[in-house]
Amino acid sequence: MKNKFIGSISAITILATGILSPTFASADDYTKHGIDADLPGTCNYAAIDAKDYSGKTLDIITHAIPVIGEPTALHAKQFAELTGAEVDIVHVPFGDLFQRIMIPFQSGQNAYDVLFYASLWIGDFNRFLAPVPEAYTSSSGMSDVTDSFKGVATWNGQMIQYPMDGDRHYLKYRTDVFENPEMQTLFKKATGRDLSVPATWEEYNEVAKIFSGFDWDGDGEENFGSAEVAKRDDLMFSAFISRAAPYAKHPDVGGGFFFDIETMEPLINTPGFVRGLELFVEAQQSFPPGGTNFGLGDEIFSFGGGQTLMSYSWDDAFIQAQQEDSRIRNSVGAAPLPGAKEVWNRKTGQWDSFDEPNRAPYMTWGWSSAVSKASKNQEMAFDFLCFFSNEANTFHDLQIGRFGVNPYRDSHFDSAFWQGLGWDTDVADSYVTTLSEMELSANRVYDLRVPGVGQFMSSMANGVAEAMAGQKSAQEALDGVAKEWSDIVDRIGADRLRDAYANVVRLEDNEG
Amino acid sequence: MLKPKHFFLLPALITLAAIILFPLIFTVRVSFSSWDVFQAGLDFIGGRNYVRLFEDTRFWESLLRLSGMSFITVTLQYVLGFALALAVWKNITGGRVFRVLFLVPMMTTPVVMSVIWRTVFHESLGPANDLLSMIGIGPVPWLSSASGAFISVVIVEVWQWTPFMFLLLLAGLVSLPREPYLAAAIDGASPTRTFWQVTFPLMAPISIGAIIIRLIEASKIMDTVYVMTSGGPGTATETPSYYIYIRGLRDFQVGYSAALSLAYLVLMIITLTIIAKLLMRFLVGKDD
Repeated sequence: MKNKFIGSISAITILATGILSPTFASADDYTKHGIDADLPGTCNYAAIDAKDYSGKTLDIITHAIPVIGEPTALHAKQFAELTGAEVDIVHVPFGDLFQRIMIPFQSGQNAYDVLFYASLWIGDFNRFLAPVPEAYTSSSGMSDVTDSFKGVATWNGQMIQYPMDGDRHYLKYRTDVFENPEMQTLFKKATGRDLSVPATWEEYNEVAKIFSGFDWDGDGEENFGSAEVAKRDDLMFSAFISRAAPYAKHPDVGGGFFFDIETMEPLINTPGFVRGLELFVEAQQSFPPGGTNFGLGDEIFSFGGGQTLMSYSWDDAFIQAQQEDSRIRNSVGAAPLPGAKEVWNRKTGQWDSFDEPNRAPYMTWGWSSAVSKASKNQEMAFDFLCFFSNEANTFHDLQIGRFGVNPYRDSHFDSAFWQGLGWDTDVADSYVTTLSEMELSANRVYDLRVPGVGQFMSSMANGVAEAMAGQKSAQEALDGVAKEWSDIVDRIGADRLRDAYANVVRLEDNEG
Repeated sequence: MLKPKHFFLLPALITLAAIILFPLIFTVRVSFSSWDVFQAGLDFIGGRNYVRLFEDTRFWESLLRLSGMSFITVTLQYVLGFALALAVWKNITGGRVFRVLFLVPMMTTPVVMSVIWRTVFHESLGPANDLLSMIGIGPVPWLSSASGAFISVVIVEVWQWTPFMFLLLLAGLVSLPREPYLAAAIDGASPTRTFWQVTFPLMAPISIGAIIIRLIEASKIMDTVYVMTSGGPGTATETPSYYIYIRGLRDFQVGYSAALSLAYLVLMIITLTIIAKLLMRFLVGKDD
């Protein structure tokens, strides 16, 4: 089975990349580094083994172990063994990562050659990053990266981040409940309609409400409808964006989701966002006890542990549910984020109705990497990133949930790969279909990748939290956020922000 | 006139300048700059950060919240600490064991203990609600309601820092003279009267010291809030230290957070001086 699986990976890689690197797996045995086999690719083990960086030191800053920190440590050790380089790694908790990178940048220190960080910080870091050289942008691994994640790595037409992870928000749900005739009857009796995977956020809230407060999986514990990231400073801003996107991102209106790019007026308090927040507030009644204080870790364990019927956010909860020891393994499905049948049109100032729900896939931020412009070891640094994300390493890392590496190449959207991990065909199909269809959407939403993104998101999270806690109405809370955003625009400068925001709008408006 | 002996002071003076004066002066300078995530450096923008601070209702609300939180936690710590100190003051069986046990919370790392308490208060999986459900109470929204989160933070603060109060007050009790107690015993004073008329007045100076030290520490509360509630729900547990952390290290508004820090420092110095004077007046009967 294992050999078949390895063969499958090799075939997938060769077929999907379409490019065979001049360097093939050599006769050397690289399995001692913990991989099943070296795979063809520009920066495979054989190619990196041929490099000699003896006497040189590579300084890396990355996240704490395990998420991204563990694969960084693993591949750094392999890189050091292959090239003779000395690799020093600094692991930093997420809350400190931004400032630990930004302070050396601002003070002109050459502290780190390689940086791993959240991709939405590109708006702040771009002027300190070295462009990815052509030798790497044309590498086999890079040619397989999806267009949207190439776009995420690009700034003003130049790739300055090295893609090594792909993230998006999507819906996860319990198929054993949705397909259970007893539960279907219960739902029909309560609502008068058939139970189906929610197509709108209104439906999501309704399903979540019906399936809250009783033991629907027979394990003797109460179950609940929805687990969401609702803790103020724990990535809740991303959950809110997922919920508001289909109401505020009109498929026929371009020119900005968070701001009107022409005027740089905040749109955060327009009716689409307000509606999204009202539904977020309403959904709290279907959270498990303490659910309004759930961070990402709580959400992962609530859904992945079988407590809740539905969830949405990054891959982690789905992967957790599909772990070998999970009691809900192969009882879960993936689907696009719910949409909206009423969408705010900011050009006309009216709600537009849609027969089919408007979907606005949220290509949320994930991990990215880059090389510092001040680095004196740029070639070695890019070689390391190319090696980190080579074909063999990436397929290895995708299999380990705690590593935090998620699909970002076309070859990753192959159901057979996930079935090779023991996933049922239906589960694997729903997963890769959901993810790959997001790549095709023409109505995607991206993060606000501009200078000061931390200030904008912190302000938004505070406003949303005030509404969630009942301190303010949704409209009042978002009016407060809009006021703060206007102040931030004044401080940073509308022109500076507009130039940066144009990169986001180009992605959202499918202009490359 | 400088003499050779004065040069022996230099190491201490240089250390003082390096670790206290330089950071303080640098912070003052930064507070008059627009140093932000998009603009590094020490430009001069006058008092703009201070003007913004006066309009920042979130900062002032957090100060008000901190006042209430500090008053409640320090009062509870003082009462409980005093009671525990009195309990082990006299030679009781196992007194040494109790003294060590009482000190354990203070010796643990605040962040680690906050993580453990967050688990205890976890509303689905934590033992607090499990235990309460056995007597028919709950589930209590420990961290998901404004009042619950506030009370949870207070409980952790009291649990962690009551031992500090206990330690100071026990040291004070041990050092009290015996004569007033002999006189009270000869006069036939009851234990309650002895406490209010002998022990409490004699302990007033050390009580004031302990309360002020704890107030200073309580005003800096950050790790417990950071780990347990992130200042939420809404802004229900947001304290000035946590708010300054968000502005400074999350938002990277270095200039503005320097202004917030200095304003907060000045406010704390003034407030604590007034509180110390009032306590001296009411408990000791004099101003100094």
